[in-house]
Amino acid sequence: MDFSSFLLMRHELILLAITLLLIIAEIFIPHHKKSNIVHLAIFLFGIHTVLGFLGLAESSLFGGMFRTNEMIHFFKNVLNVGVLIVLLQSADWLQEKIVEQQRGTEFFVLLFSSLLGMYFMISAGDFLMFYLGLELSTLPVAALAAFEVSKRISSEAGVKLILSAALASGVSLFGISMLYATTGSIYFNEILEVISVSNLSILGLILFFSGLAFKISLVPFHFWTADVYEGSPISIASYLSVISKGAAVFILMILLFTVFKPLMFVWENMVYVIAIATMFIGNLFALRQQNMKRFLAFSSIAQAGFILLGIITGDQLGFATVVYFVLVYVFSNLAAFGVVQAISLQTGKENMKDYEGLYRTNPKLSLVMMLALFSLAGIPPVAGFFGKFFLFTAAASKGYYLLVFLAVVNVTISLYYYLLVIRAMFLRKSENSIPFFASKLYMRIGLILTVLGILILGLYSPLYEYIFELSSNFM
Amino acid sequence: MNISYIYLIPIIPLAVFLLLGINFQKIKPAVSGYIGVLGLLSSAILSYYAAYQYFFVSGKVDGKYQQFIDKTVWMNFTDTLRIDMGILVDSISVMMLVVVSTISLMVHIYSRGYMKGDPGYTKFFAFLGLFSFSMFGLVLATNLFQIYIFWELVGVSSYLLIGYYYTKPSAVAAAKKAFIVTRFADLGFLIGILIMGYYTGTFDFETLNNPEGSAILNWASTSFMGLSVITWGLILIFIGGAGKSAMLPFHIWLPDAMEGPTPVSALIHAATMVVAGVYLVARLFPMFYFVEDGFALNIVAYVGGISSLFAAIIAITQTDIKRVLAFSTMSQLGYMMMALGVSGYDGHEGVGYMASMFHLFTHAMFKALLFLGAGSVIHAVHSNYLKDMGGLRKYMPITNITFLIAALAIAGVPPFAGFWSKDEILVAAFEHNQLLYYIGVFVAGLTAFYMFRIYFGIFWGKEKEYEHTPHESPMSMAFPLLFLAGMSVVAGFIPFSEYVTPDNKGFEAHLNYPLAAIAVGVGVIGIALAWVFYKKENSLSDKYAKSFGALYKWAYHKFYFDELYMFITKKIIFNRISAPIAQFDKKVVDGTMEGIGNKTVVVSEKIKGMQSGKLQDYAFAFIAGVVVLAIVFIYLWTN
Repeated sequence: MDFSSFLLMRHELILLAITLLLIIAEIFIPHHKKSNIVHLAIFLFGIHTVLGFLGLAESSLFGGMFRTNEMIHFFKNVLNVGVLIVLLQSADWLQEKIVEQQRGTEFFVLLFSSLLGMYFMISAGDFLMFYLGLELSTLPVAALAAFEVSKRISSEAGVKLILSAALASGVSLFGISMLYATTGSIYFNEILEVISVSNLSILGLILFFSGLAFKISLVPFHFWTADVYEGSPISIASYLSVISKGAAVFILMILLFTVFKPLMFVWENMVYVIAIATMFIGNLFALRQQNMKRFLAFSSIAQAGFILLGIITGDQLGFATVVYFVLVYVFSNLAAFGVVQAISLQTGKENMKDYEGLYRTNPKLSLVMMLALFSLAGIPPVAGFFGKFFLFTAAASKGYYLLVFLAVVNVTISLYYYLLVIRAMFLRKSENSIPFFASKLYMRIGLILTVLGILILGLYSPLYEYIFELSSNFM
Repeated sequence: MNISYIYLIPIIPLAVFLLLGINFQKIKPAVSGYIGVLGLLSSAILSYYAAYQYFFVSGKVDGKYQQFIDKTVWMNFTDTLRIDMGILVDSISVMMLVVVSTISLMVHIYSRGYMKGDPGYTKFFAFLGLFSFSMFGLVLATNLFQIYIFWELVGVSSYLLIGYYYTKPSAVAAAKKAFIVTRFADLGFLIGILIMGYYTGTFDFETLNNPEGSAILNWASTSFMGLSVITWGLILIFIGGAGKSAMLPFHIWLPDAMEGPTPVSALIHAATMVVAGVYLVARLFPMFYFVEDGFALNIVAYVGGISSLFAAIIAITQTDIKRVLAFSTMSQLGYMMMALGVSGYDGHEGVGYMASMFHLFTHAMFKALLFLGAGSVIHAVHSNYLKDMGGLRKYMPITNITFLIAALAIAGVPPFAGFWSKDEILVAAFEHNQLLYYIGVFVAGLTAFYMFRIYFGIFWGKEKEYEHTPHESPMSMAFPLLFLAGMSVVAGFIPFSEYVTPDNKGFEAHLNYPLAAIAVGVGVIGIALAWVFYKKENSLSDKYAKSFGALYKWAYHKFYFDELYMFITKKIIFNRISAPIAQFDKKVVDGTMEGIGNKTVVVSEKIKGMQSGKLQDYAFAFIAGVVVLAIVFIYLWTN
């Protein structure tokens, strides 16, 4: 047997190797030097991220269970960059709080396992691989959400996540079995050929969709989001809101565009309704949040609603705009979470009120936050503007004018609450604003990367063209 | 020809701007001055090298100066319509590089002395860097949209620098005025760009300007109100240019812009930014010339000629020396526009275009010199007004001599630079439009008169009682004066017609002796009159001013243009139109919006209870969601 074809799984194999290496290192590194684990893990993952940019052939393995192509490869790189930033931003937290409890390695192993699950999920060629990937990506995160064992709220977040996830994946599996019942196959390309419109296949689609909608936190499958984000460590909240959501959007889109293409007349209406509900619910809840983590949770729900505007089109333009938007969203949201993380780590403060007068004491941090929120709100010339603009163009090109109009209304609402934070930082004065502090090196690199991402994506458009070309892989 | 190094010319000032702008509290003033000068010096050296390479080594292929373009796609609209970013190297852009970098370098050096001790020293150099970057970018633009982007950037830097003394209300008002007035003109420019893009399918200068290209050949395909839409586009673009170049009726911002520090006036409001409008017309010259037999170009000619006359008359009556120079700038810009307007295209026919660019070049040198000299004087006597000056030649010999050279140059006395370029302009006007020729000659006389009026007023006449004895400026300020004086002497001998012509082939220009003699004669008469009136303090000038009566008063008040605009905006637009609209906005629009906003908050408060924190509720919502979706999409909404 020719094992060289296994190299198609290069991402997965290297990540697995890193995970195992960390477990071995845990055994050999003496107790008082455990903080080296953090350096090692970030170093190795950094190399993995860089290596990821090497090209990869388009092919499939294991009789079609695993497949990869340029688009999938690109998206894995996006996930890698996102995870690298998450790691950089959480390095200080790990070294200060977690390493002394001897649980540093545990964190990395769980996180990398979850990422591995996502790789398999988006590379899946059949529903079995997809389901395995989905489970592998979710279960470790539940453990990570409960990672701060001393905090009751963290344990609560873990329990809420695992129970909701179990429900969601159960429902999803139920849907998959119905699809198997109607088509007699679990392979994507075989299902595509034989799937027909029947009550059972539509029900299968709806159940399957709900399972992924849970991961993307679309209304009404979103309720866990705010509680879990608030309770989990900030790194995990940002991981959930960016990486986990991004991967789920990606695979959902692939499946809707390929396997469920014959049922498009059903799912486009479904997406339509859910998009409107998600945008409004997310925004209306975000308006009143005081806790920054809950605030970002609802904002990320609203952002997911915008993403659906690209998915609803079902064509290459929509695909490219969604991938581009996710890419922009990765950087913008990670920048926002990074600032929240830096402040929370230094002062333990997480409320919007605590941010008052921040610009006077920590101007650079405030500017990063401002850039991130401008990008999330979609103000030109930062990346977020183009992300939203392209999504709206895509939806409008299919004639969904009412939907685009409602989305614009929602952009206006979201602008209000994003500006609330900016007003607190820049215009409000406060007696006890957070005093000046200097972030550590890792955090700085993490924030600088996000800022670069936001600016470069906003000003350098050929990247979008590149994504558009890659999108033809799934057309 | 390798042009990639030309990218450095704009990038270096940008780097200076970022460096000084971000760290302006940390960098010491002395250091920031050096950084600014060094940055511009490198840009200038690169510009000179580029000019040498282009004009003498590799620019000319098959007897014709070529265009070298390097660009990348920035935004795609359709297959043909797209916005590029890049650089375009041809004869006029290279010439402009030389002008901008020379003047900017001199102003940087001069500012080290002039701005000494100013609290915002570093910030000042940062803004100069931003301006230089924008101006280089404007000059090198490859398409209409790119030029528009830098056009606005130049406007912003000009705004920042006019309002540099932001504690002075008049400076703030002047900055706003300059910005707003040019914005109005830029609106025309933008509409013009969009018309061009829509009807020709491209923003690229190269494609637009191709005499055999579709943009020029098909101008007649669509018309609007009796003119081709392309002509409309060109007129609108020219409105943008008229705004920047202070042509009638957009000139009102230029005199007020003198509130900025004097080096800024020299750089932006005399030598570089204000010629952007002329440059824009020259950039699109083939279009202006070929489309509808040069209809738009005729407008350019008349607007230029009338502006030039108008400004020269006002200049005679002003008492603030910087304002005299400002109106003189406007008048000379009108000259350049007029020269473009009367130009042809092929061979010697293109003399107007050549003369316009030539005059742009020489004018930049001597007008910057005049401003810097005026700055030197203002520095010494702490006043802008002629009444506070007189007899300064004893105290300021260098300033005196250099100012005199510049004044002779602008008055068109041979062999100084202005004589050569002005002569070519008059030749072009004489050959194409006699009326404009006579205006041009008359303006030449006026120019000599008002220039020597302030020259004699400053350096001769009766000595005033100065608070402290005026003294010559330090070397950092004297050096640019000397350098520019040298340029004002020799620049005229550059055989421009071999390098810069519309068809890029070059021709040999000859001095037209009769015309030159008339021009010189008129100039000398102007100088002589000024001599009589102003060399010694006497009452002659007041008597004549009285005898002109109303005309003098009109001119002194700049023909009441400001008052007219104020009347239109304040009385008519604000009261009759804006006020009712504002009421409507406040009552109806805001009311609706606030209502919606309040309702949003109320709704958001009401639904808060949905998020109970109980997991069983969440699970219920989840299952209910699935069930509802299933019912709806299986039974109800089945298309």
